[in-house]
Amino acid sequence: MTTPPERIVVVGASLAGLAAAHALRERGFAGRLTLVGAEPHRPYDRPPLSKQVLRGLYSADTTLPCHPELRAEFRFGQPATRLDLAGRVVECEDGSRLPYDRLLIATGTRARPWPNPAEAALAGVFTLRDRDDAERLGAHLRTKLQRVVLVGGGFIGFEVASTCRDLDIPVTLLVRDAVPLAAALGPRLGGLIGEVAREKGVDLRLESEIERMEGAGGRLTAVILKDGERIETDCLVAAIGTLRNVEWLDGSGLEADAGGLRCDAFCRALRADGRVAEGVFAAGDVARWPNPHDDDALVAVEHWGNARAQAETAAANMLAGDASAMRRHDHLPDFWSQQFGLTIKLVGLTEGADALAVVHGSFKERRLVAAFGKGGRTVAAAAIDSARWLPAYKAAIRERAPFPPIENAVDQPRIRVQEP
Amino acid sequence: MKVVVDLNRCQAYAQCIYAAPGHFALHGREALVYDPSPDETARGAIERAIHACPVRAITAYPDAADATAGEAR
Repeated sequence: MTTPPERIVVVGASLAGLAAAHALRERGFAGRLTLVGAEPHRPYDRPPLSKQVLRGLYSADTTLPCHPELRAEFRFGQPATRLDLAGRVVECEDGSRLPYDRLLIATGTRARPWPNPAEAALAGVFTLRDRDDAERLGAHLRTKLQRVVLVGGGFIGFEVASTCRDLDIPVTLLVRDAVPLAAALGPRLGGLIGEVAREKGVDLRLESEIERMEGAGGRLTAVILKDGERIETDCLVAAIGTLRNVEWLDGSGLEADAGGLRCDAFCRALRADGRVAEGVFAAGDVARWPNPHDDDALVAVEHWGNARAQAETAAANMLAGDASAMRRHDHLPDFWSQQFGLTIKLVGLTEGADALAVVHGSFKERRLVAAFGKGGRTVAAAAIDSARWLPAYKAAIRERAPFPPIENAVDQPRIRVQEP
Repeated sequence: MKVVVDLNRCQAYAQCIYAAPGHFALHGREALVYDPSPDETARGAIERAIHACPVRAITAYPDAADATAGEAR
């Protein structure tokens, strides 16, 4: 039995870090609790940044609610720079050393920068991840732009495109793949969202990439596509994915790379030799963990719901004593996106899905729930403007129920299984 | 105060919109948008929204007393 912790350090003061702090206190941890954050802000919520914050609705202050009795010491604008596993100490940029009995690593991800540094440095070229990014981009969007060019076929690209159309700004969205959002939603649903985007006035270009950018006086003026077309623009947003913040763990002995920080089923960080790093846990976007809903395949889930759930599991296990009292992280991945007036929700993981069945509504109504099958089992379900029906499919996904879930049911006689 | 809504949980029952008009709104059929940082004077309305939400998706706390740091213990 390990001794109960007296000092807990959380590196990463965002959604996962704050959720862990709340969970630790709720579970009775009364010792010293320190949250270390690289950014200068209190923990804040990111999903509104690409939507209502850019659009200028309500306040841009998305600081997350914090319990008045949290009694945590916050260190903002203070990136952790080194981890000494043997000495159980985290070192920060200012040279301060934070000893811990338990450590939670929740350093998350950052926006993948545009690969050409000279182009990335042009005024008018943006990425969007942090609150400061949203503030800068939002201010730029309010300057009567000629055209916004968005690069990336994921949810951030589509959400920003939607916001730009709400603001009546012309938008070109460049997607490298043949179908947008296919990685998360599959080609059928991704195609539907692409269709809606086009109707709302987005100039959506599929299988399209930038060859180079043009600038004048350090400002972006145009992009040249691989097919030679030149598009004049004064604003480009590169929404081309994320990089995990693991560099500070170099040399620590933990198993961390571009794929994330490897942890076991109980959110315990693993060393490069495969052993558990005593007292060290991980949660959120940075953690790479064995997913029980996918035969323990390793996954890093960069979603809001996982950040909270994994932080709560890690917090419980930090206080559990020995491994026999720990619980495994078995969160079913879920997320939502709001764009073009639609709400898209997903539970489960669609990767490798080989079949899709619309189980409520229809593509025609643009209001539906679709279940995804993989090898005859239900692995995910997606809803478009049908959130109330979605939770009903969680059990089928958790239990990997036969797919399609209700074929030839009395009330659903016409379910048609199709390609995803 | 500070407000966050778990939009995985939200099912657009829209009760918050009646309880705290001006702080919550639907864009389209189900896309909930809300004020993450309403004035302290809205506390009563926000609390009504929290209790009205049938899926318990809303969390709110007062603004932190010290906006920059708080010492533990």
